[in-house]
Amino acid sequence: MRSVVKHRLFWPVAALVSLIVINSVARPRFASIVVQDGRLYGALIDILRNSAPLLLVSLGMTVVIATRGIDLSVGAVMAVSGAVALTIIDDSTVANSLGSVLVAVAAAVLVSLVLGVWNGFLVSALGIQPIIATLVLMLAGRGVALLITGGFITTVNSTPFEFIASGYVLLLPFAFFISVAAIAVVGLTERRTALGVLTEAVGINPEASRLAGVRARGIIWSAYAASAVLSGIAGIIYASNIKAADANAAGQFIELYAILAVVLGGTSLMGGKFSVAGTVVGVLIIQTLESTILFLGVPSAQSPVFFAFVVMVVVIVQSPRLHSVVRHLFHVVRSRRASDSTRDVETAI
Amino acid sequence: MTTLERVGSTRESTGGYYHTFLSRHASILPTFAAVAILILLFIGAEIFLRGNFISPGNISALLLDNAYLLILAVGMTFVIVTAGIDLSVGSVMAFTGIWLAKMLEAGTSPAIAIPASLIGGALVGLLIGTLVQFFDVQPFIASLAGLFLARGLAFVVSLSSIKVETESVLWLQSTRIRVGAWYITPTGILALLVVAAGAYAMQYTRFGRTTYAVGGNRQAALMGLKVARTTVAVYVISGVCGGLAGLVLTAYSGAGYPRNGVGTELDVIAAVVIGGTLLTGGRGYVVGSLVGVYVYGTIKSIISFMGAEQSWTQIVIGALLLLFIGVQRAIVARSDRRT
Repeated sequence: MRSVVKHRLFWPVAALVSLIVINSVARPRFASIVVQDGRLYGALIDILRNSAPLLLVSLGMTVVIATRGIDLSVGAVMAVSGAVALTIIDDSTVANSLGSVLVAVAAAVLVSLVLGVWNGFLVSALGIQPIIATLVLMLAGRGVALLITGGFITTVNSTPFEFIASGYVLLLPFAFFISVAAIAVVGLTERRTALGVLTEAVGINPEASRLAGVRARGIIWSAYAASAVLSGIAGIIYASNIKAADANAAGQFIELYAILAVVLGGTSLMGGKFSVAGTVVGVLIIQTLESTILFLGVPSAQSPVFFAFVVMVVVIVQSPRLHSVVRHLFHVVRSRRASDSTRDVETAI
Repeated sequence: MTTLERVGSTRESTGGYYHTFLSRHASILPTFAAVAILILLFIGAEIFLRGNFISPGNISALLLDNAYLLILAVGMTFVIVTAGIDLSVGSVMAFTGIWLAKMLEAGTSPAIAIPASLIGGALVGLLIGTLVQFFDVQPFIASLAGLFLARGLAFVVSLSSIKVETESVLWLQSTRIRVGAWYITPTGILALLVVAAGAYAMQYTRFGRTTYAVGGNRQAALMGLKVARTTVAVYVISGVCGGLAGLVLTAYSGAGYPRNGVGTELDVIAAVVIGGTLLTGGRGYVVGSLVGVYVYGTIKSIISFMGAEQSWTQIVIGALLLLFIGVQRAIVARSDRRT
C-alpha cells in the first residue's frame, strides 16, 4: 500500500479518477457510452478525441522540459502547420483526393520540422535561453501563418482531411489512434532506448553530461525538432476539426496548458527526470476538468479561473517550503506523542 | 615627425577613453543600440515614404497609441531586472479595464472605481510575488497562474464589451494639450510620469539598487538587503502598472473589453528587451524600455503607412528581438571577459 502511495504517478492518477467519479455521480450520462452506426459516443470518448492536439503538444513539451528547456512556440507552430496544410489543399484542383491531402500533411509536418530545427539551433548552437529563443518564433510564427493564409481564415471542404479529426476507425475516433501512436513512439524511443536516460542526464547537469561524453547539443536539438513536429501534427488535427486555418485562434494558450499538463504529470520544470505516462494523465486531467467546467454551465471563456487555482494548488503542494513546514509539524506531533507514551509508562510503573 | 607622434598619442588616448567608457558602461550599450535603431527607422521611413512620416502629428500619435504599452513596459522592466518575468500583464490590463468599465456603468464614482481597479491589479501582482518568493515557484509559472486568473476574471466580470460614458475617464483621452502642431493627452502625460517615476526609483533609491542587486545575485540577502520584500514589490508594481494600463486603454478605446491585450505580454517583453534590459537580470534601464516601446510603435506605424499587412509587425519585431539578443550576448561576453 505504502509503495502505491509513494509512486510518483499516484497523485495525478488519484486526481483523474476522483474527477471521473465526481462527474459520473453528478451526471450519470458522463460514464455512459453508446454504440451508434458502428461508432462509440459519450463524454469519455469526446475527452479522448478532443485531447489529441493537447496530448501531442504536451508530449513534445515533456521532452523539451526534460532537457531543462521550454518551448513557447508550439501554438505558433500549430498555426503555421494548419495554414500550410489548408493553403495546399485549397490551391489543389481536387480538394477531395487523398493524394493532395497527403501532400498537404507531409508539407505541413516538414515545415514544422524546419521551425523546430530553427528553435534547436538558437538554443543548442547559439546558447540562447530557451524562453527567449522560442519567444522569437512565438511572436513571428503567427505573423508567418497570417501571411500564408493572406490574412484570411482559409476554409476547405475535403472529406479525407476532415477524417483526421472526425473520422472513426474500429469504433473509436481516428484522432485517438494518432494520440496512441504518438505516445507509443515517444514512450518507446525515450524508455526502450538509452535516449531517455541521456535526455535526463542533459537536464540534470549539462556540464557533467558533456564531460561524460554525452552529445548534449544533438539531444537538445532533436528535442526541439520533435516538439515542433508533434505541434505540427496537432495543428493539422486542429485545422481538420474546425475545417479551417485560423492563424489567430489555432493553438492559442496551448503552450500554457501543455506546460500545466507536464507539471501535473509530475515532471519538474527544472529538467531531468520526466514521465511520459504522467504527461498523458496530466492531459486527461485538463480535458476532464474542461468538460466538467462546461457541464457546470460556466462559459468556457471563464474556465481559466479554475485552471489558475489548479496551477496554484499544484505548485504550492510541490513547493519545498510547504514540505519542510509539514515535516516540521509531523515531527512536533510525533515527539509529543512519544513523550506522552513514556509518561504513561512511568505512571504505570 | 612630432605631428605624427601627437596624432598617434591622441588616438591612443581617445581609444583609452573609449575602452574605459565601454568597460564602465557596458550595460548601457544595448540601449544606445536601440536609440540608433530608432533613429535609423525614422530616417528610413522619412526617405521611403517621401517625407510624409516625420510630422508633429505622427510623433504625437506614437505616444498616444502606445501609452498603455509604455506603462506596462515600465512595470516589466522592474520584474525583468530582478531576473523574473511577468506573463500576466496583458490579462491584468484586460481584467482591470473591464472591471473599471463595469463599476462606472453601475454608477460608481471614478474616484472610487479607479483606485479599486488599481488595487485589483496590485492584488494579482501580490499573489504572483508571494508564489515566487515564499513558495519558490519559478516566475514563469507563477505569472502564468496570474495570467489565467486575470483572464478568467475578466470574463467573469463580463463576457462582452462595456461602453464607458463617464466624462472624467473619457477626458483622459479626448483632451489634447497643443503646442503648435504637437499635442499630448493626459494619458500620454500619465505614461511619461510613470516612466519618470520608474527611472527615478531605479536609479536613485535604495529600492532600485536592491532591485539590481537581486537580479545580479540572489545571495544579496547576505549583504543585508531586503530581498524578499523587493521581489514581492516588483510584481506588485507590475500589477499596478497593469491596472494603470487598463485605465488608459479603457479611456483610449472608450470601452472595456475582456479580450483586450491577448499576447500583449509578448509585445511588452520584446519592447523591454529591445530597450536593452537583459532577461538574465541585473542590467536594464526604464528609459531604455521607453526607447523599446517607441521602436515597437514606430515599426507598427511604418507598416500601416506602407499599407502592408499588420502581420509583418510581428515578424519584424521577432527578427529585431533576435538581433538584440545577439547584440546583448556579444556585449555581455565582452564585458565579462574584461572584468
